[in-house]
Amino acid sequence: MRPRRLVRYAKRVVLYLVALAFTAFAVFPFYWMLLTAFKANRDLYVGGTVLTHVPWIFNAPPTLEHIELLFRQTLYLTWVRNTIWIGLVVVAITLVLAVPAGYALARLTGRWGERLGIGVFLTYLVPPTLLFLPFSRMIAWLGLQNSQWALVLVYPTFTVPFCTWLMMGFFRSIPRDIEEQAMIDGYSRFTVIRKVVLPLGISGVLTATIFAFTLVLQDFVYALTFISAVPRMTVSLGVPVALVRGDVFYWGSLMAACLITSIPIAVVYNLFIDRFIQGLTAGAVKG
Amino acid sequence: MALPREARRPFSTSVAPLRRRTLADREDWLGRLMLAPALVYVVALVGVPFALALALAFSSARSGSLEFSWVGLRNFWTILPDPQFHRALWNTLRFTLVSQALVIVLAVTAAHVLSAAFVGRRLVRFLLLLPWAAPVALAAIGWTWIFDSTFSVINWTMLWLGLTKRWLYWFGEPQLATAAIIIVHVWRMFPFATVITLAGMSAIPQEISEAAVIDGAGFWRRFFQVNLPLLLPIITVAVLFGVVFTSTDLSVVYLLTRGGPYNSTHVLSSLAFQRGIFGGDLGQGAAVALFLLPVLVVVAILMLRTARRAEVGA
Repeated sequence: MRPRRLVRYAKRVVLYLVALAFTAFAVFPFYWMLLTAFKANRDLYVGGTVLTHVPWIFNAPPTLEHIELLFRQTLYLTWVRNTIWIGLVVVAITLVLAVPAGYALARLTGRWGERLGIGVFLTYLVPPTLLFLPFSRMIAWLGLQNSQWALVLVYPTFTVPFCTWLMMGFFRSIPRDIEEQAMIDGYSRFTVIRKVVLPLGISGVLTATIFAFTLVLQDFVYALTFISAVPRMTVSLGVPVALVRGDVFYWGSLMAACLITSIPIAVVYNLFIDRFIQGLTAGAVKG
Repeated sequence: MALPREARRPFSTSVAPLRRRTLADREDWLGRLMLAPALVYVVALVGVPFALALALAFSSARSGSLEFSWVGLRNFWTILPDPQFHRALWNTLRFTLVSQALVIVLAVTAAHVLSAAFVGRRLVRFLLLLPWAAPVALAAIGWTWIFDSTFSVINWTMLWLGLTKRWLYWFGEPQLATAAIIIVHVWRMFPFATVITLAGMSAIPQEISEAAVIDGAGFWRRFFQVNLPLLLPIITVAVLFGVVFTSTDLSVVYLLTRGGPYNSTHVLSSLAFQRGIFGGDLGQGAAVALFLLPVLVVVAILMLRTARRAEVGA
C-alpha cells in the first residue's frame, strides 16, 4: 500500500503546483499594479538592471501619494462619473428593448422566433472594429462628435443582442405550466407577463443589468473614436490615454486607477459568471 | 372551467368571469409588438452601419466632411499591393492562431485541474477570472508597464534567474513585440476558455468516465479518447469566441505597440484605425477592416453548425 499512497500524494502536489502556476500567471499583473500603486517613487523607479534591488516587494515603506494624486489632481473621478451615467442610461435602454424581446422569442414566436433569436445573437459577433468607421460617419451626420450621447446611442448595439439572448434563455427556463395555469385562471398573456413572469424573472433581469454595465465598461474602440475631449472620457479610455503629465506616464496613479476600477467589476462578474456562460453556450451544452 | 386543484392556483381565488378577448390575448401580435423595438434598433444601428461599412470601402469618404462619392475598387487597388497591409493581414492571422492554440492547451489543462476537488478552489477560480473581467484597455496599459523599456519586472526576473544576458526591449524589436502581444492575448482569453470548458465538463455524465476506468483505460487514454471528444463542441465554442475577440481587438495592439516598431505589429483593426481615423481616409480604413469579414462569416457558420449538432444530439 505504501508506494500507492506516495503516488497519491505526488498527484496532489502536482495538482496544487499546476493550479498555483495558472493562478500566478493570471494574477501577477494585478499584483504588479498593487505594488506599483503603493510604492514610493524612489522604490518604484529603479532600473531593471539593478539586480540588488528586488522589485517584487516593498523596499521602502508603502505610500498613499499616488492614490492621493489620482483622486485630487487627475480627472479620474470625472471619468468614473461619466462611465456610471452613460452605463446607467445604456442599461435602461437595454432592459426596455431586450427584456420584452427575450420573452417574445422564448414564448410567443414559435419556430421562426428561434431562428430570429440566433440571428440576434450573431449580431453580437459583429465587432466594433467593423463598425467604428461607418459609425464615425453616422455620428457626424447626427452632429454628435465628441458627445457622450454618441456612446449612449452606440453601446446598445452590443448590449441589446447579448441581453436579448440572455433573457430568452432565462424565460425558457421558467416552466410553462405556471403561466398556463394563470391563463386558465383568466389572466391575459400580458397580465401574466406583468404579474407572474417578471417577478420570477427578476434575477435574470439583474444578470442582464450587470452584464450590460460591464460590457459598457469594457469598450475602448468606440470611446477612442468618438470622444476626444479629456473631461468627457470614460474610465476605460481616460485612464490609458489621458493619465499622462506632459509626455510622462505617472505609473503609480495609473496602476492605482487600473486596480481600483478592475477589482469591483471582477467581484461582481464572478457572482454572475455561471449565468453568463450558460447564455453564451446555450445549445452547445446539454443541460 | 378551472381545475378544482386549489393548491395549484395561487394567482386568483375565484373563477374568472368571461372577458372579451383584447389585444393582450392576441399572442402573435403581442409577440411582434414586444420584439419590434429591439429589432428596429438592431437593424438601424447594426444593419445600417454594416451596410455603410461595405459602401464606405468603395467610396472616397474622408472624415471631417460629409461628402460621399463612389470610386469603385480604388481603395482595394491602393491597399492590396501595400506591404503594410500584407503585414497587418498576416499579423492578424498569426496573433489569433498562435494565441488560440495556446489558449486551448492552457484552458483544457486548467479546467482539468479545477474540476478536481481541492482546498481553495473557489478562490482560484475567482483569481483566474480576473484577466477576463478587467476592462481590456486597463489590463493592456498594465502590461505596457510590465514590459517597460527601463523598469520591466519581467526583464529583472529573467536577468536575475540568468535566463537572459541582455536587456530585452519588448516594444523595440518586432519579434519581442509580437511575443508580448500574444502573451497578453493568451493571458486575457485563457480564463474565459477555462470557465467555458469547465461548464462543459460538468455536463458530461460521471458514469462515462467511470465506465472507462472499469474498462481499464488509463489517464491519457481516458483524456484523449473519452473526455476530449466529448468536450469538443464546447471547446469549439470557446475557441470561436476567442477568435472573434482576438482577431478584432484593437486595444491590445494600440496600447502596447501602436503598431510599432517600424509598423511591424499592425493588425487589421489598428491599421484601419490609423488610416481611417488618424489618416482621415474613411474609405481606405473601411476597405482594410472589411478583410475581417471572411473570418467572422466562417466563425458564424461554424457556431451555427456546432449549435445545430448539439440540438440534434439532445
